[in-house]
Amino acid sequence: MVMFLLCIHKEYQNETVFREKPRVSSEDIMNGFLALPLWSPYLVGVCIGLLVCFALVLSDRPIGCSTGFVKIRGLAEQIFCGKQVQEKEYYQKFPPAVDWQLMILPGIIIGAFLSSSLSGTFGLFLVPPLWADQFGSSAALRILAAVAGGILLGIGARWAGGCTSGHGISGSLQLSVGSILSAACFFVGGIAMAMILFGVPL
Amino acid sequence: MKFSQLHNNKKAQVVLGLCFGIVFGFLLQKGGATSYDVIMGQLMLTDFTVLKIMASAVAVGLVGFFLLNHAGYAQRHVKAGTIGSNVVGGLIFGLGFGLLGYCPGTVAGAVGQGALDALFGGFGGLLIGVGIFARFYPSLNRTVLAYGKIQKETVHELLGLPEWLVVLAGCIGIVAFLYLLEVAGF
Repeated sequence: MVMFLLCIHKEYQNETVFREKPRVSSEDIMNGFLALPLWSPYLVGVCIGLLVCFALVLSDRPIGCSTGFVKIRGLAEQIFCGKQVQEKEYYQKFPPAVDWQLMILPGIIIGAFLSSSLSGTFGLFLVPPLWADQFGSSAALRILAAVAGGILLGIGARWAGGCTSGHGISGSLQLSVGSILSAACFFVGGIAMAMILFGVPL
Repeated sequence: MKFSQLHNNKKAQVVLGLCFGIVFGFLLQKGGATSYDVIMGQLMLTDFTVLKIMASAVAVGLVGFFLLNHAGYAQRHVKAGTIGSNVVGGLIFGLGFGLLGYCPGTVAGAVGQGALDALFGGFGGLLIGVGIFARFYPSLNRTVLAYGKIQKETVHELLGLPEWLVVLAGCIGIVAFLYLLEVAGF
């Protein structure tokens, strides 16, 4: 009886192998999938949710990005002003070092570069199309606005103790009241600024 | 705590940070969330890609974290919130978010796909901004950051409900919200 089942199993295996031959190999499918310019936002969201879980298990950290900028800033100050920078109260809380929180930033740059290269959407530009439609293609104006926005973003992220990923995703999924409140305020402020710049959509 | 040896291995954590960053950046770019136009579309309430990504990440993470936390694989990292920190900081962040058109994670992703405004403007501005905050942190910390302490740290404590119920309701609520968003044509 067992032999009989084994025989059938073997035949079935042979048959599937034979049937799969003319098909596209799984490698081609993966290449095609990875080369798509866009994935469904739901698929991306599900993967990010799992990624945050992995980070909490393997690194005991929520995924966040703004602390990395504090680390880079602290290291840069150390180069120009020496070791006494470490005595600043804020850098005692977030010591300048090349660590997990800093490395996530070059990681994101590499990941986005890989993704855009695979889909052929990588391209250098200074003024995003939507900005150019509203404010013209002046690079100086765009950079000025981006620097001002970046300053507010840096102050706000550290003031609130996290950013869109730290509070908005990692904090919210841990049911943190402060994080959910922050995330709501990110969007209230963001929507207000977008309406100031681009007008209220009708 | 499981994996505590790995958590204390500083070299391994540097590598892990880079790896998590690579996957995160890859996913953000594939989702379209590293593009100025997509982010501003969200803030102008015309393109809901960013919210769809965030909401589905939270829905999956709610359940995932709940199970891992109870099995002893993951610790909760929740800071006590204050109105002065979370609301005031959140609103300043929001204004910067709208003006720059990227947030601290997506600005790095935008650099990776070739956005030079994210590199020169975004990175430059962010490094100035966190420096300004670090400079004024001691006085801010004693005043506005401590203002209006929120007594309960987590949503289930705040509502006085069992955690599993809040997780379940949150997850179902998000899925229902996303379904309605699709039905409404966004």
